[in-house]
Amino acid sequence: MTDPVLRLERVEKSFGTADGVVPVLRGVSLTLDGGETLALTGESGSGKSTLLHIAGGLEAADAGVVRVAGHDLTAMSDTARAALRANDVAVVFQQFNLIPSLRVADNIAFQARLAGRVDQGLIDRLVARLGLAEQMRKYPEALSGGQQQRVAIARAIAARPKLLLADEPTGNLDEATSAEVLDALLALVAETGAGLMLVTHSPAIAARMDRRLHLSAGRVA
Amino acid sequence: MALLSHWRRNPLQLFAFLAGLALATALWSGVQAINAEARASYDAAAATLGEGQFDQIVPGAGDRIAQADFVTLRRAGWLVSPVIEGRLGDVRVLGFDPLSSPAGFGVGQGDPGAFLEQGQLFANAETAALLDVDLSVVIDPGIAPGIAVGDIGVVQRLLGRDDLSRLLVQPVQPMERPALEDVVPGLRLQAASQTADVGELTDSFHLNLTAFGLLSFAVGLFIVYSTIGLAFEQRRGVVRTLRALGVPLPRLVVLMLVEVLVLALLGAGLGVVLGYVVAAALLPDVAVTLRGLYGAEVAGTLQFRVSWWGSGLAIAVLGALAAAGVRLWQIARMPLLASARPRAWAMTSGRAQNVQGGLALLLLGTAVVLVWVGQGLVAGFALLGCFLIGAALALPLVVRPVLERAESVATTPVARWFWADTRQQLPGLSLALMALLLAISANIGVATMVSSFRMTFVSFLDQRLAPELYVGAASAAQAEAIEAGMTAQGADVLPLLTVETQVAGQPAQLFGVRVGPTYRTSWVFLDHATNAWDEVAAGQAVVTNEQLARRAGLWVGDTVSVASDVMLPIAAVVADYGNPRGQVIIGETLFRDLHPEVSPRQFGLRTDDPGALREVLRRDLTVPESAIIDQQALKAFSLEVFERTFTVTAALNVLTLAVAGFAMLMSLLTLADLRVPQLAPVWALGLTRRRIGQLELLRTVVFAVVTCLFALPVGLGLAWVLLAIINVEAFGWRLPMFLFPADYARLGVYAVLAAIAAAAWPAWRLMRTPPNALLKVFAHER
Amino acid sequence: MSGRVLLFMLIWPFAALAQGFAGLGTDAEGFAVPQPDPTFDFPADHGPHPEYRIEWWYLTANLEGPDGTPYGLQWTLFRSALAPGEDEGWESPQVWFAHAAVTTPEAHFATERFARGGIGVAGVEAAPFRAWIDEWAMEGPDFDTLSLTAQGPDFGYDMEMRAEGPLVFQGDAGFSVKSAEGQASYYYSQPFYRIEGSLDLPEGAVEVTGSAWLDREWSSQPLSENQSGWDWFSLSFDSGDKLMGFQLRQRDGTQYSASTWIGADGATVAYPDGAFVAEPLAESAVAGRDVPTRWQVRLPDRDVDVEVEALNPQSWMPLTIPYWEGPVTVTGSHAGVGYLEMTGYE
Repeated sequence: MTDPVLRLERVEKSFGTADGVVPVLRGVSLTLDGGETLALTGESGSGKSTLLHIAGGLEAADAGVVRVAGHDLTAMSDTARAALRANDVAVVFQQFNLIPSLRVADNIAFQARLAGRVDQGLIDRLVARLGLAEQMRKYPEALSGGQQQRVAIARAIAARPKLLLADEPTGNLDEATSAEVLDALLALVAETGAGLMLVTHSPAIAARMDRRLHLSAGRVA
Repeated sequence: MALLSHWRRNPLQLFAFLAGLALATALWSGVQAINAEARASYDAAAATLGEGQFDQIVPGAGDRIAQADFVTLRRAGWLVSPVIEGRLGDVRVLGFDPLSSPAGFGVGQGDPGAFLEQGQLFANAETAALLDVDLSVVIDPGIAPGIAVGDIGVVQRLLGRDDLSRLLVQPVQPMERPALEDVVPGLRLQAASQTADVGELTDSFHLNLTAFGLLSFAVGLFIVYSTIGLAFEQRRGVVRTLRALGVPLPRLVVLMLVEVLVLALLGAGLGVVLGYVVAAALLPDVAVTLRGLYGAEVAGTLQFRVSWWGSGLAIAVLGALAAAGVRLWQIARMPLLASARPRAWAMTSGRAQNVQGGLALLLLGTAVVLVWVGQGLVAGFALLGCFLIGAALALPLVVRPVLERAESVATTPVARWFWADTRQQLPGLSLALMALLLAISANIGVATMVSSFRMTFVSFLDQRLAPELYVGAASAAQAEAIEAGMTAQGADVLPLLTVETQVAGQPAQLFGVRVGPTYRTSWVFLDHATNAWDEVAAGQAVVTNEQLARRAGLWVGDTVSVASDVMLPIAAVVADYGNPRGQVIIGETLFRDLHPEVSPRQFGLRTDDPGALREVLRRDLTVPESAIIDQQALKAFSLEVFERTFTVTAALNVLTLAVAGFAMLMSLLTLADLRVPQLAPVWALGLTRRRIGQLELLRTVVFAVVTCLFALPVGLGLAWVLLAIINVEAFGWRLPMFLFPADYARLGVYAVLAAIAAAAWPAWRLMRTPPNALLKVFAHER
Repeated sequence: MSGRVLLFMLIWPFAALAQGFAGLGTDAEGFAVPQPDPTFDFPADHGPHPEYRIEWWYLTANLEGPDGTPYGLQWTLFRSALAPGEDEGWESPQVWFAHAAVTTPEAHFATERFARGGIGVAGVEAAPFRAWIDEWAMEGPDFDTLSLTAQGPDFGYDMEMRAEGPLVFQGDAGFSVKSAEGQASYYYSQPFYRIEGSLDLPEGAVEVTGSAWLDREWSSQPLSENQSGWDWFSLSFDSGDKLMGFQLRQRDGTQYSASTWIGADGATVAYPDGAFVAEPLAESAVAGRDVPTRWQVRLPDRDVDVEVEALNPQSWMPLTIPYWEGPVTVTGSHAGVGYLEMTGYE
């Protein structure tokens, strides 16, 4: 059988702070298959963002196993991890996703080019679907928050990642825009068959995912 | 408190602020200190000698006036005052009568009664140490270096003379006086200001130094401006919070102003101390330069004068406040609820670009116009300023299209991003790049000028210093003995006759020379008529030096008056480097007709055996060793003067480049924090931190290289202005320009290395940034 | 005219430091000090006395032009010694300086000269009499017959003088006391010169005639420390009588005065402190200060009660040491002309 796009086993992570070492993740395990969507919920500080960072190869776990698209991240070098980020994972953060010095068009194509698989047809469809046609020659600074998030989503999907990670992608947006962006995201994920793990506060958004996982004090509740 | 803690949390910014201001102030006040010291020396010289400002009565021949002539003149109603001058060892001793003298001779506030009663000499401390006399020497810092002053009676006794050297004519004279020739037939009246004013001659040199000081200051101010800009930008959040808490805006602005003021004073104070060190280190070289080039004596010790440290402090504080003012104004206008997020980078709006481009064009246009119509040294420097500032302003506008082009041809996404990001960095770095541009161009320009000058000067010395020996005669009798004795020895004797005179309204030296093969073969003319030397030998024409020709607007073929009724054409114009004064050369016969009273006091000797000749001079003709100079020594001395002349310039050049490098470092460091949000997405998208750091370094190299490339034409333009315009105005000669590509290449390498050195640390810090810090960019709370 | 002692002592600050007092014959620096009961030796005493610190030949004249316009003239040669005695050439400790002035009702011209002794630029010889500095001179075969010349940048004069009366000895037979503490000078005058000649003024030459008054005085002592200035009057009445009077203003507001009544025949009567009284009636703004230019002058012993008024209130001498000196007209109990000198008005 094929590997799940994401498999976490007993992942632990702690941060050194002024008050000593604070455990953030205390043995979290989960799997996510391609085409599957998962909502990660929990209180502030429950560790959901950290879990997402570890899944994306942005941070390393202290203990446990992290496998993305069949690659074991635990033993990976910085370079390999970067290659994984470029090739197999795409992340949409709450804000500041875009490269400020590149125009919207170049931002959208950036990761796909980095991964070496530019699908201009896909990009055109994404742009049309997300209503970005007017914005292509603009710099991110000139866009509204909603537009910026749409560009981030377009970029993430254009790269055809196996795993799509989203951290409160609509957290900075108003309700109507939020719903619109989310619709687009889900539709596109379905189209490309990527696995989506989405961190959210919103029960309404969580409800639209295939599965929901609640983190509490670093553990799956 | 909330405001002050900013600096505690950002020690680097604090350092940049203080160091930038200190550096700027140091170079500025250092240069000003040197200028102030030199000017004080000139003032002392002017006060001590006071020659220029009064008419004088001088002997028609020789250098003595009988004291009885002085009494006769006074009794006839000529209000004149006696001056006696002589030498004691290395010290020039001047005696005058304080009761009747219109000039104060620099003697301090002491009352004249004490002066004429005590039988003392007055001199500054350095000179006093050289004096070996049986008199008490009063230390008076107001007296020019190298000169001792005393009452006329005291100095007469000291010199063993009972006569006078010249008489100063009081500016106000009674209603009726008989004509001078009716009273004392042997004397003549010499109008005021015939002697060249040292201050005027050296103005160019000091303007030069000042320009460098200003350049350094501007670069330092760049640092301060960008630091303050960043600090205030980062504190928008705090300001917003404080205002929301009810702290009134005016109070905040005042608080921040006070803060900037305190920091500025601190940095500037540091800079003044540094400036003192710089000035003290450079002053001896400056003193040698001024003495060698202009014969102006400058004291070798530095005094702490309010004029320079005050101006240093003031300009630094004003500069800092001006830099802060712009930002404070922005903060004051900031709406209460404006985003606290620092603008990571700013796209210069098209309008701002247009304004900058327009300004650059305007300045460069003005420079071009000044090349055509400008006259005088000030216009020359204005041209220099317009050209340099215009070029600096044009730099970002020139660099931008280059980067855009590179971006458009880049194929890989990383390359595209690299060029795009480089372009977007341009506004943030443009001040530092302009500073770098100025420093590199100044280096190229000055290096070209100095090297061109050196090549020209060395070959000039080789041509001009043909005689193997030079001998000075102490008296007319000795002069005759030398000429006869040396001719008997078979040497080719070249007597040099000289008087001070005025030609074409310019003070000049009139030389009488014995035209012979030496002059015909070794003098290279800039321009000449046919048979120039024959004409000169026949008393039918003159040769002038370039200085005089350019100042008087004359050239070959024009006529000049060498005496009241003698008008002669200029047969040739000769280059005469290293001498600021005008010279007119006529044949020996004509000179002796015009000035029968003048006997030659200097001889050039052509010989195959200088050693033997020197021996004869010393033994048989009792010429002191110090009056015989051989060619080698003279060449060595001239070259040393030359080297010293440009030591200061070179030192300032290096300092300027160092400050520019520092400006770069500080800009990069202060920008580093802003760079994190710009780089985090790229990192998240799959670039390692290491790679990003390397690209950052590469980006700086790109900037440095592009700036160097642009600096090359700017520097060469600068060199041209210096050689063809400033030199002509300042010294009176125009130098051919040579190119030194190897020097430029080396300079380019230095500049790139400086840029790499400046970028290395920020890049290294970036590579070490923990992922955590990068991820915070995307987190909810910022 | 003793006030001038202070005036010219002030030129050399070190000299004012020497507080020598009468009694020993010399002061601390070796200068001779005037002694009472002097015996004069003429013509030698018309010449310089280098062993004394300060000395002058001080001439003022009241003149009249062909149209009756009044003029005044001053010619003064001062000798000031840095040390007592004489020496050759530039070594000479004698310093000479001179003031010349011409006053018209509308204008006042003044100038000064400085010279070192010992080299021949300035000096005085007794017989034949010759006092000179630069081209200025007062000279003649004897003290009674003199020609006088001086010039400045904007004026000049050439005069001839003839004495029509005897020398007059001021104070106690020529010993003139200047303060209650005993400072004194030798002081005699020749107030009986007839003078004529021509003034060289910017508007042209003016032929003038009139009377001149020459003061000779030498001393070594400065004034008392508490004296701030003086007002000195030399008045020639139409009757032929003359009055010299001065008051030294003291810092406590009181005055020390002395005066000599000179009869038309030259007979003198000296009056002690307090006999001569001068009180300001009106002041003029001169050179940035207020100077009394109209005076009430009284000598009750001689029934003198006159008003003395400056011919030109702006007779200011803007020289190294500035002071006021100019011709005056006299009205009241006696009519006449004279000269007024005032110093110490700050």
